[in-house]
Amino acid sequence: MDFFNNTFFLLALTFGLYFLARWLQKRTGWLLLNPILLTIALLILFLKAAGVSYETYQEGGHLIEFWLKPAVVALGVPLYLQLEAIKKQLLPILLSQLAGCVAGVVSVVLTAQWLGASKAVILSLASKSVTTPIAMEVTKSVGGIPSLSAAVVVCVGLFGAIFGFKVLHLGHVESPIAQGLSMGTASHAVGTSTAMGVSHTYGAYASLGLTLNGILTALLTPTILELLGLL
Amino acid sequence: MIRQCSILFGCLAFGELVVYLTGIKLPSSIIGMLLLTLLLKLKWIKLEWVRGMSDFLVANLGFFFVPPGVALMLYAGVIRAEWLPIVASVVVSTMIVLVVTGWVHQLSRKIKR
Repeated sequence: MDFFNNTFFLLALTFGLYFLARWLQKRTGWLLLNPILLTIALLILFLKAAGVSYETYQEGGHLIEFWLKPAVVALGVPLYLQLEAIKKQLLPILLSQLAGCVAGVVSVVLTAQWLGASKAVILSLASKSVTTPIAMEVTKSVGGIPSLSAAVVVCVGLFGAIFGFKVLHLGHVESPIAQGLSMGTASHAVGTSTAMGVSHTYGAYASLGLTLNGILTALLTPTILELLGLL
Repeated sequence: MIRQCSILFGCLAFGELVVYLTGIKLPSSIIGMLLLTLLLKLKWIKLEWVRGMSDFLVANLGFFFVPPGVALMLYAGVIRAEWLPIVASVVVSTMIVLVVTGWVHQLSRKIKR
């Protein structure tokens, strides 16, 4: 049906599916029903079934994607609001973020390389710990596949949300601040929302980890990849 | 609304300009975010001049990456061919990040005391 190619129909479908997916997650409380993941999956299934090309979808889709960049700029507001909290324990926070950032990029790149991933995939995995708009921007700037990063980032978030606290216990990370920070550093917004479910202090430190690791990963990933001989 | 957009897009345009002039391999949006934080800290712009728009954008961050995620349909082949390295490296690395971040924070606080 030709109407399936209509820009406004595809936009309405995107908004509608996301709205339903969000409602479904609230209703069931299942972390695996991540609304972003679910909407992407349903849209792909629909486009394939209806024979609509990605290029046609993107005619409307780019109007939504356009807001990614301004939204990352807007993250400057929560960052500003947390400046006081950061100042109080500047050194421990910065050191842990630096270690987490470097460990994240290096370990994912080396593991993927060891298991024989292609270069484009490795470059797309490097920024996997940080929130999607930043990860996609980083991937774009190092020459990977941004949409692959987007999908991987969601999976990382889900893994962190479901297994994060278990891994922290097994690793003897018991301090609440360290646990909160780690959740945000390793699994961005999805991990942060899990931490927020424990308590608001956990959540605040998780969002700090999410923001700082986002900045550090954006700043350092090109250099780390260069040092690893990939750029 | 217009003032909020002027500030946010102004910061973003500044980021684009820095990338254009220096060729730095950094997202323009990150430079814009740091500039916005700096301007707020210096009190050159007031929080309520950006608050409504910024809250809206941050709250809906997830939605904006649905369309780029849909581009995944173009890479089904890559994912089918390399699912093992992708899944394994992501799981291993995420566990490492969790534990390393936590350890370094706990240790550096102990040393500080």
